[in-house]
Amino acid sequence: MAFFDLKGLLSPITGLKQFGKKPHTIMFPDVAEHASDRYRGLHFNKLDDCIGCGNCSTICMNEAIDMIEIEGVEGKKGDSGLRPRVDNGRCCWCALCVEVCPTGSLSLTKDYIFVTPDADDFLWTPGVDNKENGEQIISFHSDKETSLSDYNRIPMRELDGSERIKSFAEAVLGYNEEEARKEAARCISCGLCTESCPDHMHIPEYINAIARGNDEDALRIIYDNNPLPEMCGKVCTRRCEDVCAMTHRGDAIAIRWLKRYATETAENAEITRQIVNPEIKEANGKKISIIGAGPSGLTAGYYLALRGFDVTIYEAKANAGGMTFYGIPKYRLPAESLEKQVSYMQSIGVKINFNTRVGKDIDFKELYNNSDAVFMGVGFEKPWTLGITGEDLEGSLQAVTYLDVINGGGEMEIGNKVVVIGGGNVAIDAARVARRKGADVTIVYRRRVEDMPADWEEIEGAEDEGVHIMPQGIPLEIIGDKNGKVIKLKFARSEMIPDPDGGRPRPKQIEGSEDIMEVTSVIGAIGQEGDYSFIPDDMKDQIKIERGRFVVNEDKQTTLPRLFAGGDSANRTADAISAIADGFRAVKAIEKMLIK
Amino acid sequence: MREKSTTLYIGPQHPGITGNMMVKLQVEGDTIVKAETHVGYLHRGFEKLMERRNWLQSFTIVCRICVPEPDPNEENYSRAVEEIEGREVPERAKYIRVMTLELARIATYLLWYGGQSGSAGLLTMGQWSVGDRNYILDLFEDLTGGRVYHMYIWPGGVRRDLPEGFKEKALRTMDYLEKRLDDYDKLLFENSIFQKRAKGVGIIDKNKAIEWGVVGPPLRGCGIQSDVRKDDPYEVYDKLDFEVPAMEGGDVWTRALVRRFEIRQSINLVRQVLDKMPGGEYYNKIPNPHKWTIPAGDAFVKTESARGEFGYYMVSDGGNKPRRVHVKGPAYVHGITLLENLLVGENVADVSFIMNSLGTCPPEIER
Repeated sequence: MAFFDLKGLLSPITGLKQFGKKPHTIMFPDVAEHASDRYRGLHFNKLDDCIGCGNCSTICMNEAIDMIEIEGVEGKKGDSGLRPRVDNGRCCWCALCVEVCPTGSLSLTKDYIFVTPDADDFLWTPGVDNKENGEQIISFHSDKETSLSDYNRIPMRELDGSERIKSFAEAVLGYNEEEARKEAARCISCGLCTESCPDHMHIPEYINAIARGNDEDALRIIYDNNPLPEMCGKVCTRRCEDVCAMTHRGDAIAIRWLKRYATETAENAEITRQIVNPEIKEANGKKISIIGAGPSGLTAGYYLALRGFDVTIYEAKANAGGMTFYGIPKYRLPAESLEKQVSYMQSIGVKINFNTRVGKDIDFKELYNNSDAVFMGVGFEKPWTLGITGEDLEGSLQAVTYLDVINGGGEMEIGNKVVVIGGGNVAIDAARVARRKGADVTIVYRRRVEDMPADWEEIEGAEDEGVHIMPQGIPLEIIGDKNGKVIKLKFARSEMIPDPDGGRPRPKQIEGSEDIMEVTSVIGAIGQEGDYSFIPDDMKDQIKIERGRFVVNEDKQTTLPRLFAGGDSANRTADAISAIADGFRAVKAIEKMLIK
Repeated sequence: MREKSTTLYIGPQHPGITGNMMVKLQVEGDTIVKAETHVGYLHRGFEKLMERRNWLQSFTIVCRICVPEPDPNEENYSRAVEEIEGREVPERAKYIRVMTLELARIATYLLWYGGQSGSAGLLTMGQWSVGDRNYILDLFEDLTGGRVYHMYIWPGGVRRDLPEGFKEKALRTMDYLEKRLDDYDKLLFENSIFQKRAKGVGIIDKNKAIEWGVVGPPLRGCGIQSDVRKDDPYEVYDKLDFEVPAMEGGDVWTRALVRRFEIRQSINLVRQVLDKMPGGEYYNKIPNPHKWTIPAGDAFVKTESARGEFGYYMVSDGGNKPRRVHVKGPAYVHGITLLENLLVGENVADVSFIMNSLGTCPPEIER
């Protein structure tokens, strides 16, 4: 190539044609308008949607997100009360926090101009510091489809409805290993469930163990504060699942079924003992008597025995479990399951005296005087009556009585056209049992189906099995024949009146809607109360009872210092897990009172 | 008479150096007799960091291995994870990935235009090409939400689907760029100053090139047709029509010509991809990232970046974090051994010029 290359000299000069053209660069004040709809700028958090689960903080590898308390946000069930604060000096705007936010409250905005001479200003609380304009300029966000949270629960396999009514075989079949691992892997370990569980079980920990494939570890973790996990794994009211972070956009983690899965790793009491391998302290010589082998009594008994106490449980009936044995039908909680858990407890030293009713077979006062402490888990046995005419007729009975007889192995004639009155789990249980006994069953409930306090899975299960549900129906009178046997039920329909105080709507009878149906029996299931006749009158003055329940302090201690109470007869929540929690708390208090 | 021997240090802070690294030169007059590279200013230990972060968290740091062209890292990381886990990637995602990679190649070459010409003192070229690169970054912003660090290609597919109107905007940008490339030719390739500077400078011996493990445009500039996209096609490159250019010569000039050809070809590839892209899913969702484990196994994957073959070796022990990730980038060869050899006998004024022609990227050398 010659040094003098004319083309080579002139070509670059054509660049001069660019003179006078508009520049490519965009000047500063216009810049903000140019952020795209997906731009990953400063954070914004919808404070009301945020539940403070801390998943954003966990995923952030720059440790740019702290969960802090902020003014105006209170913690409640399902909300830790904490909100994320972002350190913009650490953030790399990868937006993983947005992708994993289970509620979708956290997002990034188009705002990126951030100039400050003070490094402390980098700490910035989304939704507080950009409260004014943040929501309008949200750009990078995640919806249910893009979110990395897995919102879909692994379905539980169950017997078909038509198959179920043929026997009392357990309806729920349980997860297999693969299903359990998959379901456990959905959990983000936020721990909101732990707060909500009356017993504060270590839920994220045992779910983690299951996800890791270590089921025995899971069982040990569970036994740390719940000695009846198999029962809970089958029939718990699972308040944990109500607050699960996943419920905000999808299905809660199946915490109950996962617990059930973990307990199934131990086939019998012996294997349970081998796996759990609890440390049993040396006997300390203190004698504890427990009245009632229900969930609270068994729990107190188990943990007191582990702590070296001499524990004796007095149970009026022939089986342990209380309402979980005599109230819950066997297709939900098989007798063998309870027996396995109880015999494990007996193997570590819990003594249970069956068929021993305190107040009849043993004097309460004597028991109290001979023990270092007494725990009462006596439950609610006495059913409420409906308060309508005809309740004394033959064929009008109470659900708890009916369930008690059937669960105890007996039989009761109810005919083939049964009406159950009530909308709680007991009503559904009685209805499904009657259905299994071949009756045509109708549940009559005052309010709407969505108002029923029963578990939605139970309601669905009942419907699958062919139980009819008549919502907004008010029973008026039970009519009998000349032999005093129930033949008809007079009822009326109701309409829902909104409560002026903001409570749930009230049912009101519609005039002229009265009707009559033919029935063979009417089962009432509107609630129970306690029977405290075992307490001698001279002690009753010292034990404070309010609205049918023992008054207890945080330690489950009654007004008599050495007397503790838990379960339905002391706790308004009235479910098994609350009873277990009561028992567990009382153990700590008894130990503190007698040992330390 | 021998001229006096002097030691010169270029870098780590020097506008002619392509990043924070230093070249220690032994010169006699203007001629380099010995060159020694010194790195260590940009080591962030990404490979080790990845061993402490879960499979998803690691994805956001790989882009930082090479700042001007982050996407091949994301591609490699994702493909290695997918290979070990056996995770399927939807067809649409594969097309979107190829488009992203080709857009990244165009953006990188546009930046290279600036570096290559700037180091020859031709500063206008850089202003034009970097200005035009902004339009590619606009596309990235629309697509990924980020202009430089896209964090877009992730295990299972891509993070978001194409936004509305993206195809049209991308095609408009491609048309614009194609026209601009003719202007670039006039300004740079037809410029006799550039030709004089580039021809016969920094010659890589064709036989040595293979021995040293040279890849990418420097290898193709030696007349060897080698391109991972063709030799070992990944994603959907086997369904696309393109050629691997090779030009004999091995100097800065042929390397520049290879890039000049490839940037046009990438524009064409983006058009092909946008034309052939099927509908459907763009992402095969991973499980909850906190508990996402990958079966034990290992994988070696490679991607053709703008600077050549980029490889990742990854090992999983079955846990929720990588056991080991080894990153093997092209700059490791180009920026150290090759550079030290090439500089001997060259003029001291060509150091930066040669470095740019090799696509040296210090952050990638050190990782």
